Amino acid sequence: MTVGLTHYLVVAALLFGLGLYGILTRRNAVAILMGIELMLNAANINLVAFNRYVAPAAVAGHVFALVVITLAACEAAVGLALVMAVYRNLETIHVDEINLMKW
Amino acid sequence: MVITAWIIPLLPFLAFWLILFFGRRLPGRGAYVAIGAMLLAALASFRLFLHLAGGGEPLHSRLDWLVLGERALAVGIQVDALTTVMLLVVTVVGSMIFIYSVGYMHGEARYPRFFAYMSLFAASMLLLVLADNFLFLYVGWELVGLCSYLLIGFYFDRPAAARASMKAFIVTRIGDVFMFAGILLIFFTIGELGFEETFAAVEQGRLSGGLLTAVALLLFGGAVGKSAQVPLHVWLPDAMEGPTPVSALIHAATMVAAGVYLVARLFLIFFASPGHGALTVVAWVGGISALMAATIAVVQDDIKRVMAYSTISQLGYMMLGLGTLGFTAGIFHLMTHAFFKALLFLGAGSVIHAMGTNDIKRMGGLARVMPSTYWTMLIGGLALAGIFPLAGFWSKDEILTEAFHNNPPLFYLGLVTSFITAFYVMRVMFYTFLGERRWEQSHGQPGSAHPHESPRVMTVPLWILAIFAAFIGMLGAPFLGNPFHAFVRFENGEAVPFNVTVAALSTAVALAGIAAAAALYRWRVISPATVRRALQPLTVLAERKYYFDDLYALTVVRPVMWATRALRVFDLYVIDGAVNLLGAVVVWLTRLYRVFDLYVVDGVVNLLAWVTGRLGAALRYVQTGRAENYLLAIAVGVILIILGGLVR
Repeated sequence: MTVGLTHYLVVAALLFGLGLYGILTRRNAVAILMGIELMLNAANINLVAFNRYVAPAAVAGHVFALVVITLAACEAAVGLALVMAVYRNLETIHVDEINLMKW
Repeated sequence: MVITAWIIPLLPFLAFWLILFFGRRLPGRGAYVAIGAMLLAALASFRLFLHLAGGGEPLHSRLDWLVLGERALAVGIQVDALTTVMLLVVTVVGSMIFIYSVGYMHGEARYPRFFAYMSLFAASMLLLVLADNFLFLYVGWELVGLCSYLLIGFYFDRPAAARASMKAFIVTRIGDVFMFAGILLIFFTIGELGFEETFAAVEQGRLSGGLLTAVALLLFGGAVGKSAQVPLHVWLPDAMEGPTPVSALIHAATMVAAGVYLVARLFLIFFASPGHGALTVVAWVGGISALMAATIAVVQDDIKRVMAYSTISQLGYMMLGLGTLGFTAGIFHLMTHAFFKALLFLGAGSVIHAMGTNDIKRMGGLARVMPSTYWTMLIGGLALAGIFPLAGFWSKDEILTEAFHNNPPLFYLGLVTSFITAFYVMRVMFYTFLGERRWEQSHGQPGSAHPHESPRVMTVPLWILAIFAAFIGMLGAPFLGNPFHAFVRFENGEAVPFNVTVAALSTAVALAGIAAAAALYRWRVISPATVRRALQPLTVLAERKYYFDDLYALTVVRPVMWATRALRVFDLYVIDGAVNLLGAVVVWLTRLYRVFDLYVVDGVVNLLAWVTGRLGAALRYVQTGRAENYLLAIAVGVILIILGGLVR
């Protein structure tokens, strides 16, 4: 059995689903950030796989993946800073206790 | 030269607006502006007079004012001998009276307003005499009537003055309606309003016979109202409620002479009526007015009312002169009368100013106190009486001569009037200036009056007018060639030459009148009361003014008042009732609408608000404030959309 595009896509989809599940279910803000990282990486797998199997001559998929990794690093930095700020103000990082947006 | 003529009425008109708007800030609080405009107008009039007297052509200027269908209403001004005489009379007498007013009206409230009205009057009067068509004439005619109304009612806070102004306005308006009908009749007959066109139509026979007589009599109706002739004379004595300069200018010298001027200006129309029918009416109305007013003047004790009745009487004389074909005589008397009657009025004003009363029985012995007033009034009085060689002698004599030749009954009427005239004017002089000083003692109490001579600003105009009153008659003197007659004449008629018999007769009669007055009031040969009792029915008749006022009160005023009262009741119960009913219905309807508003309109609005509120309350649970809930909704939504896309 050779490994084809479909296998990569299935792995990416599973990874995306896991990330989404983590975001929706975890109470800890840090865990939610980790879920976001998983979803971004699922997207990266897709980009690289499509580049390999659909247009092997081009490098656009690779470049895009690198941009997404950079973006993920920035997002993690900003997100963790936000978590720090929220903790200092509310003394919690449990998102169900952060209900300032409620009516 | 034509420009000069246009400027004459515009000067006082401009002064009127200036004083009206800036009165208190102008030099002399507007008085100097009014006097300046008047003097300039007098100068311009004199220039026109020199032009005509030097043999110049009469001036005429007109322009199309309004085009009605195919007819253009041309308006304009004309200057001929008659016009210049009137211009000079109005501006010269007017200037004197304006100057006099500075002293007389000193310290009055509404002082600038007085000069504004006087200027407007002068402008209107000048327009009236300059008009070359019925339209301008009528405009001027109504404007002088308005000014008369405003100035009679100058002390409008006095009920008597307010009533007098209304009476004057309404009574003259009755005459004006006739005049307007006459003008319309001319317009619909010949389609023109110019005097020239009208005269041409008369000469060509397009306007003739009974129609012409009707037109003439209708126009004369206006003259009767304005010149206070019987039976529309009742307004003039009451008009004395106005300030004395007004009485002098408007109700003696100029405006009331407008009626005489009208007859003179349209003399051809009267002249051409079959058998001089219209002229005969003019003559008789004038003669009756002259005699009637003179007799009333004898029994009046108010110095201004004596003068007022004297004015009616003298205007009657002018009408008599015109009516007996004495065109020149009538105009000549108009001119001389303007000077000596203005003088007499201003003198009377000076006396009133000093005494604070109009009642001659509370005066007496003023000759020593106010010599200037005394001597000038004496000149005016003798001129009015017609004593040689003062102004009144020449003009009155001309009228009597004309009457003697053309209508003997009226000659005798005029002669009797002449006697009475001399009598009443001397009666006033004796009561006012001679005899004991009744103002020092009244009913045993020392009187409160402290008479004094009037200031220079009042006596100088008196003296100037006195000079005119003394010498202006010379213009009609036969031994000087009667220059006035050479200047102002009516082409179709020949004036009757000077008649020594008539002159001697009229002088004798006038002297007899003076002698009679002296016998009664100076030498006290017989007590005036005895004479009064002896002539009982006649004196009562004169005292009640021939019952004209009572007649009008009975026939006009009473029914009108009754009608107004009836209409008031109608108003109160029918009109007001209808209005109130409408109001009640509306109020009832509004109550209905209120219920509708409360339950239907408000109900709908409240329902809408309630539904919105409930909806909001229900939907607010969707907003949890938790990001993961929103995210879950997004994810589910995306999945549903993808599934939907796959299924389709």
